[in-house]
Parts: sequence; structure tokens; C-alpha cells
Amino acid sequence: MNVLAALPHPVFAGFTGAFEFIFSKQESSVTGGKKVGGIEQVLELAWTQTYVSLLALALAFVIAVPVGLYFGHRGTGELLAVGIGNAGRAVPELALIAFIAAIIGVGIPVLTIALAVLGIPPILTNTFVGVRQADRSAVTAARGVGMTEFEILRKVELPMAVPGIMTGVRGSTVNIVATATIAPLVGVVTLGDFILGENVYGTNGVLAGAICTAILALLFEFALAGLQRRLTSKGLRLQAQ
Amino acid sequence: MTSLAATPLAAVGEVGKGFIHERTGETLPCQARPNHLFCWDWATENIHRYGTPTLQQFELTVISVLIGFAIAFVLALLARRFRLLQWPLLAGTGILFAIPSVAFFLLLLPITGRGRETAIIALSAYTLQIIYRNVMQGLANVPESAKQAARGMGLTDRQILWKVELPLAIPEIIGGLRIATVSTVAIATLAVFAHAGGLGTQIYSEANLTFPTAIILAGGIAMLMALAFDVVFLTVQRFATPWRRVEAV
Repeated sequence: MNVLAALPHPVFAGFTGAFEFIFSKQESSVTGGKKVGGIEQVLELAWTQTYVSLLALALAFVIAVPVGLYFGHRGTGELLAVGIGNAGRAVPELALIAFIAAIIGVGIPVLTIALAVLGIPPILTNTFVGVRQADRSAVTAARGVGMTEFEILRKVELPMAVPGIMTGVRGSTVNIVATATIAPLVGVVTLGDFILGENVYGTNGVLAGAICTAILALLFEFALAGLQRRLTSKGLRLQAQ
Repeated sequence: MTSLAATPLAAVGEVGKGFIHERTGETLPCQARPNHLFCWDWATENIHRYGTPTLQQFELTVISVLIGFAIAFVLALLARRFRLLQWPLLAGTGILFAIPSVAFFLLLLPITGRGRETAIIALSAYTLQIIYRNVMQGLANVPESAKQAARGMGLTDRQILWKVELPLAIPEIIGGLRIATVSTVAIATLAVFAHAGGLGTQIYSEANLTFPTAIILAGGIAMLMALAFDVVFLTVQRFATPWRRVEAV
């Protein structure tokens, strides 16, 4: 692990070596003849990262959205909902991951919970704010036509909160995918392994890891942006134009 | 640069008072006991090690947010002037925001190598989206009536921008700076991967990765720093918008 200090300043090599690393296997000086890199390993690690990220995102979602909806509908707990969002931003990912590895242990379940912890605040806060910003006259009208509180929440406030919820999900995904990059610290080998294991993969591997991680994060971002468009009700979209 | 070699495993064992092991009767320093959450003795004796990393973290944050603010502010003014730029700027800063910071640091490897500059480039790129969005939001929230009144008083477009719109947008602008700064403090912990120092050096080392006290201490200092920035911005916001206080009364 103690590679940072030992290595000489990286050479001004350019990106060619990194792309070679992504697409074809390379010799490594420390794996005893076992080759590293290549598209198969890249895809395998990318899949692990996608898998734990989605798992954590799903966990964060099922916890944060109901809580946010509930407090948003009741109109209480604003200080808590916003406070959690603010506090969540201040948590240093590296410290959290290292702490969990040192105290609780390693493995996918532990990592998923840690990532979900980082993913909850943006979703919770944005869901809350999204519901609060739902058109109050629409809510009053819904109550006037005899909808129950649950119907109001499901048919009026939830659709109006979708843009807010999705903003939260995107923020949360940025956190989760970024932190999943340092997941090798809790024993889950994601693309970050290329970045953290410079003595195994070499400088080209580090750069290749950075490129692949960035691409993966952007794929998440684009997918969610598309999903947000699809989920936003037609009425709200027309209103925005 | 603080090298990891500065905190070798051996040094951890040298300090701290002895504790008697409950069953074997052996004397163990607090930090040698497994699963011990926090060693106060170690912390008080080693707190001096955290001075330089804390300062580095502070510098990384302040410089990155200042650069990010300068760029985002100019971009926002450009977008206000040329509306066609609004969407591409939002998308562009959004892409920078989505790239994980660890990856960003190392993407710059062939260009700027490793070091403080690399960390600052990545960290300020990360703040662009937050600040840009908030400045735009602030400008958009300025009431049309205020602008019309200013125009009626004979102010030019430029005067309206600087004397009416921007002052009225201060709450959102400071709100953006607040979010950006707090996030940057947390993310600057990862600057250790760019060899840029900071509190991450006290976490990411062979000795400390298995030593909860060091991790809690470094993480705790980072969170306190974020909290301090938060309080500073809230105070500034209060004094920069005196009309809001009048409204509140």
C-alpha cells in the first residue's frame, strides 16, 4: 500500500500507454508473471463498481424517499431534513471508508451500507424540498375533491416532487460512484484498484483506472439525466418550457 | 509534501501510556489493543502531527473555491449576457461535477503530474457547477419590479447588474459558496492521491489505515473545518444582506 512515497515522479507519458492498458494485457513486475489490465479485467472491475453503486443507491433510495416524502407532506422536520443534507456534504469519504474498514471490517455488505450512508442525505433533502415546493393550491384542490392524505401524497405531491427527487438521486450517485472508487480499501475490487495499486498496475494502470472511472461516472450521469426526463410528468415539462 | 514514510508503523508503538491487558496482565499501549475506538493519550501526544496537514487542507480548499468562484462568476455573467451559452455551460460544469475527484486528480497525471496544482485544478473544477448554478439562480430570482424601478431611475444595464441584481442575488451566491466550500473541505481529504498533502495523509498510510484513532482525528478535523466555514458563511450572509434582517424583524 505504501506506494505513494516510494514512486518517482510519473513520467510525462501521455495517454497512449493507458489506452493500451485498457485494451490489452500488460506485464507487471510484482504479480509473478501474471498479466494485468486488458478489457476483460477492466469490464470485470467496472461491473463490480456498477453493482455496488446500484445496490447502495437502491438502499439509499428506499430509505431516503419515504422519509423525505413523509416529512415533506407533514411539513415538519425541515431543520432535520436540511441539516442532514448539510452534514452529509461535510463527511470526508476517505475517512468514512477507512474508519469502516478499521472498525467493522471489509466486504460488499459493509461497503454497500457505507455508500448508502453517503447517498442518503442528497435524496432525503431534495425529496423533502421537492414536496414542500409542490404547488400548494394543487394540494388544496386535491383535498377539496375529497382525496385522502395518502392519495394527495401519491397522486399530487409525488409527481411534483419527481424533479427534486431525481436531482437528489443524481447528487447521491455522484457521491456513491466517486466513493466506490476507493472501495479497494474495504476489500471490494472496483476500478479504483487500478488507481490505488500503482505498484501492481504501473502509471499506465493508474491513468487507465482514472479514465474508466470517469467514463463510468458519466454513463451514470447521462442515464439518470435521461431517466429524469422520462419520469417528469408532461404537465411539469410543459410548465418549464 | 508530507510523505507516508513520515508516519511509519513503528512510531505508533513508541508513544502512549501502557494499559494492562485484562486477562494476560500484559502491558499494552492503547493503540496496540485491537478494536479500540479512540485513544485519547495517543491523540493528545500526536496532535502536533496534524498541524501541517490541516493547514494544507485549508489552503487547498480556500484556493480552489476562490478560483472556482472567479471562473463560475464570469461564466454566469456570460450566460446572462448570451443566453445561448446557458445550456452548454450547465451541461459542461455538470460533467466536471460528475467525474469522481480521485479519477480527476489522476486524469491530469500526464498533463500536470502530481502535486498541489493538480489537486487545485480538480477541486476548483468540482465547485464550478455548484457556484454557477447558484449565481444563475440568484440572478433569476431578482424581482422584475426591482429591475424596472432601477431602469426608471435611469440606471444603465451595467449599473442595474452591479447595483441591483448582484446585491439582491447575494443570498444565493453565498449559499453556493457555502455548499462548494463544505464539499471541497471533505473532498480535499482525497488530495492525498494527488500527492497534494492535506488531512488524507493522516488516513491513507499503512500505519493509519488500521488505526481508528488517526482516522477519527483526521476526519473529525476535516468536519470541524467544514462546520467552521459554514458558520463563517452564514455570518457573512447575515451582514451582507442587511435588508433581510429588517424584513425578519
